[in-house]
Amino acid sequence: MADTAPTRPVYRNIHVTQILSYRLPPAGMVSIGHRISGVLMFLALPFIVWLFDVSLTSEISYERFASTFAAGLWIFPAWLVKLGVLVLIWSYLHHFIAGVRHLWMDATHSVSKQQGHVSALVTLGASAVLTLALGFKLFF
Amino acid sequence: MADNKNFGSKRLVVGAHYGFRDWLSQRVTAALMALFTLVLVAQVLFGAKMGYVRWAQIFSSQWMKVLTFVTIVALAYHAWVGIRDVWMDYIKPVGVRLALQVATIAWLVGCCGWAVQVLWRL
Repeated sequence: MADTAPTRPVYRNIHVTQILSYRLPPAGMVSIGHRISGVLMFLALPFIVWLFDVSLTSEISYERFASTFAAGLWIFPAWLVKLGVLVLIWSYLHHFIAGVRHLWMDATHSVSKQQGHVSALVTLGASAVLTLALGFKLFF
Repeated sequence: MADNKNFGSKRLVVGAHYGFRDWLSQRVTAALMALFTLVLVAQVLFGAKMGYVRWAQIFSSQWMKVLTFVTIVALAYHAWVGIRDVWMDYIKPVGVRLALQVATIAWLVGCCGWAVQVLWRL
């Protein structure tokens, strides 16, 4: 009996260091992307609040906000600041769209393999396209 | 169940409802933040030309201040649930996990206070 027992696949949490060794389906990419984007925004929270602060406090601080994207910030050149902001833009868009997908699935209970696959592709596509559009506006 | 003692060392620490509150609060806070996003994007897209005056004008109305405040608090709660999930998934030693959870709360409450200060001195 013991000899014939099939070796079953083991499912576990995918550690950040293991992401690249898995070939994930689109729904899996949306899922891990949701987690990564959430953590990135969490870590960048002081920077985001700082942007909120300088953009809103006064006209002088608003100039500082604007110059961050032209002259850079502290030791970081402007292109690196823009790249960082672009990563945050992607994070927000992906997290937002993947979150709406979650809410929609929760509300309608209309979960099927096909629908999960298609909505995952839509999520990945829409966040990528919107990121490119806003990235174009940010850099050019 | 013959033994339904639910206190002391026999207390049930897993099971129904323990994750439900987090699950639900994460969705409610997400919906609030989504609403804020739509309201802000609409004001940016359909308002006057963007600059300091327009930007400050958006956040200076009392209803927008209240909505932004609610969003800031919702964000902190939402991020707490999410980051706590991440620590619970990957960090197994209890001491390290507790330290990270405390740091997470400090991080979120600090950012929250700063954002509220910016909002309400406008």
